[in-house]
Amino acid sequence: MKLKQHIIALAAAAVVGGSASASFAATEIQWWHAMGGRLGEVVGEIADKYNASQSEYKLVATYKGGYEDTMTAGIAAFRAKNAPHIIQVFDAGAATIINAKGAVYPVADLMKDHGAGFNSADYISGVRYFYADSDDKMIGLPFNSSTPLLYYNKAALAKAGVEAPKTWEEFEAIAPKLKEAGYQALAQSHSPWIFSENFHSRHNIQLASANNGYDSTDAKIMYNNEHMIMHWTKVKEWLDNGYYGYYGKAWGDNQDAFVQGKVAMWLGSSGSFGGLKKSADFEFGTTYLPYWKSIIDEPKGTFIGGAALFSFVGHDEEEYKGVADFFEFLTSPESQFSWHKETGYVPITTAAYDLAKTEGYYKDTPDAEVGILQLSQPGGEWTKGYRLGYYVQIREAMYKAYENILTGNSSVEDAFADMEKESNVLLERFHDTYN
Amino acid sequence: MKRVQFERSTVPYFFVAPQIAIIAVFFLWPAAQAIYQSFLLEDAFGLSSQFVWFRNYEDTILNFAWLQSAGFTVVFSAAVTLGSLSIALLLAVKANEVLHGSSSYKTMLMWAYAVAPPVAGLMGNLMFNPFIGDLYTAMNVLGWDFNQKLDAFDAGFVVILISVWKQVSVNFIFFLSGLQGISKGVMEAATLDCRSPTKRFWTITFPLLAPTTFFLMVINITYAFFETFGIIDTTTRGAPGGATNTLVYKVYTDGFLGADLGGSSAQSVILMLMVLALTVFQFRFIERKVHY
Repeated sequence: MKLKQHIIALAAAAVVGGSASASFAATEIQWWHAMGGRLGEVVGEIADKYNASQSEYKLVATYKGGYEDTMTAGIAAFRAKNAPHIIQVFDAGAATIINAKGAVYPVADLMKDHGAGFNSADYISGVRYFYADSDDKMIGLPFNSSTPLLYYNKAALAKAGVEAPKTWEEFEAIAPKLKEAGYQALAQSHSPWIFSENFHSRHNIQLASANNGYDSTDAKIMYNNEHMIMHWTKVKEWLDNGYYGYYGKAWGDNQDAFVQGKVAMWLGSSGSFGGLKKSADFEFGTTYLPYWKSIIDEPKGTFIGGAALFSFVGHDEEEYKGVADFFEFLTSPESQFSWHKETGYVPITTAAYDLAKTEGYYKDTPDAEVGILQLSQPGGEWTKGYRLGYYVQIREAMYKAYENILTGNSSVEDAFADMEKESNVLLERFHDTYN
Repeated sequence: MKRVQFERSTVPYFFVAPQIAIIAVFFLWPAAQAIYQSFLLEDAFGLSSQFVWFRNYEDTILNFAWLQSAGFTVVFSAAVTLGSLSIALLLAVKANEVLHGSSSYKTMLMWAYAVAPPVAGLMGNLMFNPFIGDLYTAMNVLGWDFNQKLDAFDAGFVVILISVWKQVSVNFIFFLSGLQGISKGVMEAATLDCRSPTKRFWTITFPLLAPTTFFLMVINITYAFFETFGIIDTTTRGAPGGATNTLVYKVYTDGFLGADLGGSSAQSVILMLMVLALTVFQFRFIERKVHY
């Protein structure tokens, strides 16, 4: 008798074990991302939630380092014919992956081919075009989307008796008062992103030929224009007067200047909100990115920063089905709302934005809405985005130019001329390489 | 005279094979790849490529950014090599004279050897942080209007200081063992002949240390060229205005971050040639002055 029981128990165990390994045989979807720290934890939670929600696919999210490291890892894996299904690629790297003919499966096609619902009109206007081709077909799925905002130290502004500026003209008026109150008026964390790319979007100025690079890789940079030269002449003036603080290329060093109460206002990302909430021991507010009244009367919206998810070619149908299924899960209003809440990145669909509104999220935390409101401001001809090759290097060239302006190493005009020259060599190389 | 004939055997080849294989796999093959890549315009994903002769060299070498980087690399390498060698030599000579508690002195001077360059960079970054950095504050209190974010000289100073600090311990270990290798008899004879310790050092000790110094010079230049990469990456990242961008860091930013394989390969080929020339120069002209 005993023996028989044992046999039954064993058989039962075998059945259970068998079914467990069957669930392990679920199609695996590899997702390489660049979200470290708290953001990485949230990505892990998303993967867990998705895996718990269904049993057909198993999503494996892997942190591959910063944006550049992740992209390099993806490139190496692709060349070794071992690419992940999904990879997160940042704004400046988008041109490289999109222009490599036959590297990615456009997300719009992928979703439609695999029975998942997809309509680009569901996406918020500021988000819709950035990772799309010139026919507005979405190639990458916007994932962590952020936009530059002005953060201000409420106590510092009150002490100086001023309000947060809407325009740079207003900023110039309040900066001396802030200085008197013992503050540097302004610092910012990413001058190519905020004081070049978004400067053009905000003022509706073209930044590169060939429709900001969307129509062709045969594009020339147009940063060397009178508005930029005017703006950077002003920035240098602000620096010399002690209104502007430059704490280097690193994002965090400039944010620290704000957190430490050395500067009264800081230009950062809408995605910085959560982190600031934790690190700053003072009340701060957020508002739109200032603009020059002298250039435009009604400012336009800004570009999204951050990154998008791309799907590599060369996988099985079954796996793509899983990718489409996951993308559908990821873009659902519930997923988007929780991502928005946890990280401060903006929701990418109108449905998710509506959900956040009906849940009353912005009543408690009105600052969380500023980013999406700014992205939803009326668009213009030049607010869709840009698509420029070797843009990582072009941003380096910009950093160099701006540092040379700030150190007084070269005149504003010379710095821009050098940057234009260097950028155009890079764009030409890119054009010749990818065609 | 009868010539000695050795029988040829394949056994020695067998013994050197692992070494040759390692060199082939980890040096020759990648080097050949880099040379090949440097003649191609190829997209990052390897989907299309074309042979362009010297286009990559023209685009990436013949411009101000590269020349600026090359200039800084030369200054930087010279400063790091000279600085770390002289400080290490001074410390080694002093530590060699200490009689009591010498081992604890030596250990304290050696431990930095275990610190990886990026960690050294991070530590230096903290010490030069404008808000909490003690060295940053000290510099400014001492009257040096110090700001490595906006001053090319100060930025260079920071990366050189950290690189020197990191390298002193290695040099110290070698110099110390070199000093201990000098025979007592020679030193005693020198003491009888000459009273001045400084003169004794320059005429007897230093020449006897020459093989060590030469060896260290070669590895220090290699260190300054290639291994300080982690220090640059964790401190200035080439700023301000590309003033602290070393050649190898530029190869990294263009190739790894920027996905420009051809341009980055062309730069690394030039870098290889430079180091080759430097090594030949060292062995040809400086080693002649070294007596073993």
